[in-house]
Amino acid sequence: MFDPDFIFMIGLKVFFAFLMIGAVMTMAGYSVLAERKVSAWMQGRVGPNRTVLPLVGYIPFFGRFLKGLGIFQPLADGLKFLFKEEIIPGHVNKFYYNLAPIVALVPALTTMTVLPFGEFFNSDGESVPLMLANLEVGILFILAVSSLGVYGIVLAGWSSNSKYPFLGGIRSSAQMISYELAMGLSLLPIFLWVSQPGSGLLGLSLVDIVQSQSNSAWLFLVQPLSALIFLIALFAETNRLPFDMPESETDLVGGFHTEYGGFKFGIFFVAEYAHIVVGSAIFTLIFLGGWHFLPWIADPWPANWIGTIIGIAWFLAKTLFLIFFFIWIRWTLPRFRYDQVMNLGWTKLLPLALLNLLFYVLLVTWLDQSSL
Amino acid sequence: MAKTVVLERKPLSLSERTYLPQIATGLKTTFSNMFKEKVTLQYPEEKPAIPKNYRGIPTLVKDPNGREKCVSCQLCEFVCPPKAIRITPGSVPEGETDRAHVEKAPQEFEINMLRCIYCGYCQEVCPEEAIFLQDEYSSSGYSREEMINNKEKLYELGGTLPDAHYKWDKKKNEEDLGNDH
Repeated sequence: MFDPDFIFMIGLKVFFAFLMIGAVMTMAGYSVLAERKVSAWMQGRVGPNRTVLPLVGYIPFFGRFLKGLGIFQPLADGLKFLFKEEIIPGHVNKFYYNLAPIVALVPALTTMTVLPFGEFFNSDGESVPLMLANLEVGILFILAVSSLGVYGIVLAGWSSNSKYPFLGGIRSSAQMISYELAMGLSLLPIFLWVSQPGSGLLGLSLVDIVQSQSNSAWLFLVQPLSALIFLIALFAETNRLPFDMPESETDLVGGFHTEYGGFKFGIFFVAEYAHIVVGSAIFTLIFLGGWHFLPWIADPWPANWIGTIIGIAWFLAKTLFLIFFFIWIRWTLPRFRYDQVMNLGWTKLLPLALLNLLFYVLLVTWLDQSSL
Repeated sequence: MAKTVVLERKPLSLSERTYLPQIATGLKTTFSNMFKEKVTLQYPEEKPAIPKNYRGIPTLVKDPNGREKCVSCQLCEFVCPPKAIRITPGSVPEGETDRAHVEKAPQEFEINMLRCIYCGYCQEVCPEEAIFLQDEYSSSGYSREEMINNKEKLYELGGTLPDAHYKWDKKKNEEDLGNDH
């Protein structure tokens, strides 16, 4: 039980886990900066460009460049949240009020345990995915855990004991439940497609989904409608505009986090952006070929550690583009009204996802029959 | 009477009903906006252009010969709606030949910037064109005392403005020529 190898393995896993949390949290922090910068650029503004660390500002050209880019802004924002006074309003249910931010953050960070982000070739030349836990039902795990994130919002809304958070909580629970269906249904054809007989790939494994796209078409080219429905549902699940129901600052003040301040609000904020980072990564893995180069083109990089690093960088580049796309959509589309969101979810996306599923079921059956 | 034309609204085509082409157009618009020139003014380093008739902080000015123009008539003090101006009148120091015909000068001149409403009545009422609301608009301090501009500060803010009349020079000339002034 306590042999050194076992303890070493656990230590290594813990180390990797911290590394992964660090990476995702950093990306979440810098997504906030990206949000502010891209928003500013799209509105003809400059964005945060004043924060700078004491000595860095004196580096001749580079220091000014970093300052102009606002690289140190997330640090300042984070410190602000840490040092603000923690206020617990008198009218809230203290237990659930304190629990809600944790419940919101934990699922966002848990989903990343099954996220593969690259591949590595062992001495036999076999490809080993880089991830914390290679779960064969990875995507199912992600769907299950990420939908728990809604409990954080619902708890925050109800425990705040005030009207706007309450409305935000109700809206978000309704929205999350509606779009979860379409999201799940849009992924079923993917599972069918990936686990075609003879390929030896498992449709529910994220690694196998990525490997099925190596040297062949990306899945968004094969199933554009699935990709579209999944993307729309992803926007709704991550509470991004145009599905900004739980927050909708124009009619609900701050939505579910109206009564929150200081570090608790900071946790909600980080959880929201962690959801976006993880959601972008999942979309990249399932529909945009993960760490593989381009559709139909074999990876041009060598099958060794250099290739591993380029692969990870390529995967990150795709993920970052999707995060940019999230922000880009935010400044393009106005927010839907609550009833429009419900209408779109139940009467448009759900039937469309069902038809899509039916079509691919028939297509896959026909392909299987004709290949026999 | 204007004729109202009711346009017939065509039913949306299939591609229009999905809204996707329209969203693509919107994305193109927002993307192209990213590369437009920024309109932000980097404020403390860059200042906006102030129009000529701007009413900024009231200041006292000197004439081009470096002489104090204010004759301590106290009209501005009387006209000031929030009573922000306080003048202690004094006499012109003996032996200043430049200002031989001026009877009075302010011994102290205070404008309380916490009271001033920037109405410009003081500038309007001044018979000597000695007080002007100029282009300085940002005034701040850590205490109430700091926000009261004294005479020295007011002249420092005001500087020298061109003078069209040289009233006191004319009076001196007239007297030198033996005329009534």
